[in-house]
Amino acid sequence: MDAASQATAARGERVARLKDFFARNLRSYDLREDEDIFKLGFVSSLFALQLVEYVESEFSIEVADEDLDLANFRTLAAIASLVERKHAQSRAA
Amino acid sequence: VATPVYAAAHEETGARLGLTRLQEERRAAVRAFVVQRVAPGADAWDRDQRLPPDVIAAVAERGWFGAGLGEEWGGLGWDAVSSGLLHEELGRGCASLRSLLTVHAMVCHAIARWGTGEQRARWLPRLAAGELLCGFALTESAVGSDAKSVATTVTETPAGPVLAGEKRWVTGGQIADVLLVLARSGAGPTAYLVETDREGVERTPVRDLLGMRASMAADYRFASCVLDGAARLGREAFGFSHVFAHALDLGRYTVAWGCVGLGQACLDACSTYVREREQFGAPLMEHPLVQALVTDMIVGVQAARLLCLSAGQQRDRRDPGALVKTMMAKYLASKVAARSASDAVQIHGANGCGPAYPVQRHYRDAKILEIIEGSSQILQMVIARHSG
Repeated sequence: MDAASQATAARGERVARLKDFFARNLRSYDLREDEDIFKLGFVSSLFALQLVEYVESEFSIEVADEDLDLANFRTLAAIASLVERKHAQSRAA
Repeated sequence: VATPVYAAAHEETGARLGLTRLQEERRAAVRAFVVQRVAPGADAWDRDQRLPPDVIAAVAERGWFGAGLGEEWGGLGWDAVSSGLLHEELGRGCASLRSLLTVHAMVCHAIARWGTGEQRARWLPRLAAGELLCGFALTESAVGSDAKSVATTVTETPAGPVLAGEKRWVTGGQIADVLLVLARSGAGPTAYLVETDREGVERTPVRDLLGMRASMAADYRFASCVLDGAARLGREAFGFSHVFAHALDLGRYTVAWGCVGLGQACLDACSTYVREREQFGAPLMEHPLVQALVTDMIVGVQAARLLCLSAGQQRDRRDPGALVKTMMAKYLASKVAARSASDAVQIHGANGCGPAYPVQRHYRDAKILEIIEGSSQILQMVIARHSG
């Protein structure tokens, strides 16, 4: 498998894990990758905290102050991209 | 004054509770300290409405102000269960002393989680050592549970951010060196670290509270208080949703364990009293309706302890479900503490209403525990909304 295919597969796997977390917490709503979770009204203040906690522990990253941008958490795809960026940052470091 | 009894009445400990040897050793060390240095003085501190500086210093010497902080910051790096046991044991001896550690841990946790590298380096080592003490400044005269509606403001000026407003019921506020303050900036509720010796900061001791009278609470007024540029903790507008919410989550957890300790203290007191006190020619324990009260206490305390332990284990696994589990633990444990304390006074009768027995202190302290770090009603609403 070439690097591009590997990256795509890794991204797909991240999205699947995130989807599973949302399904468990949103009473089986089948969230699409590009759906805006804030517009859907799913995000209570408690869920926002749970989401940060989940993303950190599940993907072994630290969500820093500067990452607390709604755009980073708006969709499954955005969260997966954040995780990808954080992993890339830690690899570079 | 009756000596508090540490009979370990009906208490599950150690391996039976699923604790590791290390956790049990830590608990034993705290318990020994509480038996020797805390419980014997707690009633007098309650009457004096202050904690002795040497006891606070002794807690600091043992590193317990930084128990849950990472070792890289000078903390002990204890896991959540160990930290919970620390609060249970302290809460068993003195709810006021325990409350000081709770608010301190909340602010440390907020700095460790959301602080910049500079803020962490500046504050955490001295906070972990207990050289500086923290206060948690959220509540205002008109703002309690609806914390996002704080009226205290921060305005950007050429001289720096200017804090103006007031905060009430700041636990440990009489001796705090730094406060975590929630204030409204242009963008929304934002968290700030404010030194209490800063110009424009004025504190007034709060006396004669219903309970936790030795917690040395204070009210604060900020009159055009200019902050330094590094005062903001976390992003603007994320002060409540993330910084304070994280701190409150930890506070809820430690308060929950403190409630277990208070419930156990009631059980300890009653366990001896019902065997020694005779009425109608028989020890109180022989009377079925007293047995019913004692049974509710035993079962309630045990159930609350297990729920706290479950929350702690989830926290140690970094399970996102720990947030709601912690709320459940605090909700149940505070109810158990209040009920146990009420029943303990009932069992002690007139003796329970006087200063010679600690149960009247537990009764007054327990009521406060149903209000702080999320009132029972707020917790009921959130737990119900997030039920599966």
